[in-house]
Amino acid sequence: MPPNPGRRDVLVGGIASAIGLGLLDGCATVPTAPAAAAPSDLVDLSLEVNGQRRALRIDPRTTLLDLLRENLGLTGAKKGCDMGQCGACTVLVDGQRIDSCLALALQVEGRKVTTIEGLARGEELHPMQAAFIEEDAFQCGYCTPGQILSAVALLAEGVADSDGAIREGMSGNICRCGAYPNICAAVRRLRGRG
Amino acid sequence: MRHFSYQRAASVEDAVRAGPGAAFLAGGTSLVDLMKLEVLNPSRLVDVSRLDLRGIEARPDGLRIGACATNSEVAAHPEVKRRFPVLSEALLSGASPQLRNVATVAGNLMQRTRCAYYRDLATACNKREPGSGCAALEGWTRMHAILGGSERCIALHPSDMCVAMAALQAVIHVRGPNGDRDIPFGDFHLLPGDHPEREFALEPGELVLSVFIPFSAAGMRSRYVKVRDRASYAFALASCAAGLEIASGKIRAAQLALGGVGTKPWRVPEAEQALQGQSPERVAFQRAAEIAVRGAQTRRDNAFKMELARRTAVRALTLAAEGA
Repeated sequence: MPPNPGRRDVLVGGIASAIGLGLLDGCATVPTAPAAAAPSDLVDLSLEVNGQRRALRIDPRTTLLDLLRENLGLTGAKKGCDMGQCGACTVLVDGQRIDSCLALALQVEGRKVTTIEGLARGEELHPMQAAFIEEDAFQCGYCTPGQILSAVALLAEGVADSDGAIREGMSGNICRCGAYPNICAAVRRLRGRG
Repeated sequence: MRHFSYQRAASVEDAVRAGPGAAFLAGGTSLVDLMKLEVLNPSRLVDVSRLDLRGIEARPDGLRIGACATNSEVAAHPEVKRRFPVLSEALLSGASPQLRNVATVAGNLMQRTRCAYYRDLATACNKREPGSGCAALEGWTRMHAILGGSERCIALHPSDMCVAMAALQAVIHVRGPNGDRDIPFGDFHLLPGDHPEREFALEPGELVLSVFIPFSAAGMRSRYVKVRDRASYAFALASCAAGLEIASGKIRAAQLALGGVGTKPWRVPEAEQALQGQSPERVAFQRAAEIAVRGAQTRRDNAFKMELARRTAVRALTLAAEGA
């Protein structure tokens, strides 16, 4: 671990220790770690992430979420359930929100991906980021990048014309802290501002 | 996830040629999920998502929807909303906006069950591993089928879209090594019987190209009602697609299918026929609902589905009768 460990270093180290202590021994159904792909099995992938063209050689099994987090070091998109049930991994592909955990990276070849890291303009927050702060729309923050990207897409879809429609439109993003009223308030704050 | 080779199909012909022995990948929301769980382990993936199969086209007698049109695209299409409100409503009641932006029509046709035992490699499942047994039969059955099950499998069909398409009597157009053919919607999904591992009436290598939905007066006056454990983003406990053609105060034609209760989308033509000639009123709807759940076999945790399905059907028929 580095001298001044970041939150992620601590988390990774913590999980490694847990495994070392055998705390996960009861998890019989966890699939065995996949064998690494042989170099000959790697494939080329080119896509645009937050306005930057990226060319990589990847294991075809890599999901878009793992590509962002592990290959590109963009850890804003979160791995919550890893099975399309929580929305913490939400990113935009060509402007449309998707769950990046259920897409193979190869499926987005040539597409434009926007993650939470690509939303602000320099030091200036995206209006939705600012609205989340103004409305206190998060507690632990784990689901927040997904919530914000989902909210940005929801407004672009133009269907958030009532509070009920906001709730329905945000239903693909679970918040375990239960910050829903404030999340809805943040979306409401920006609705109609074009 | 197991190793696989990946190929992006350059054309439909290319895909069909590569088809036998491979799995077709469209949106991936089901397939990639099940590959991660190692429930499905195709050694070859043929990506068909870039093929020109996304169009939605009005024909004189119906709507042709491309296999790779996304759930979002179909649900928002003006002709779908006008001609088949039940289909738009069913699609919008399923999954989440993120998933609907990616999930496709053909993928939804091939959506696999959410049976917890099918998804868990540590338990017995005849669908996943033929002959291994069925842990659901003596297991937690709240989310299992009460119609169409067998002693080998009671896995529930999870799709909302398919319930609407079953009611609308869609036709599925496929292409395979032996050419093109049409499959009536009711024949596409197979009952589990002795072979729950056989789920679709597709021959090896056959690729779904489109779904055709015939125009009908009942389709224009159709609604979808879905009951679930939370307000949104949950699979159905019971659902119903219902459409009515009403003339001179009587039902001229009816379309009715149930979801959340069957091992396949559950259309009951006898229930539709029982509505014909009747006044569009509660007593007729209740009789049709009774017929629709005939033969149901409930288990420890899902006996409530009988009454819930009946009431859901009555509600959907009532809304359809009220019109848009």
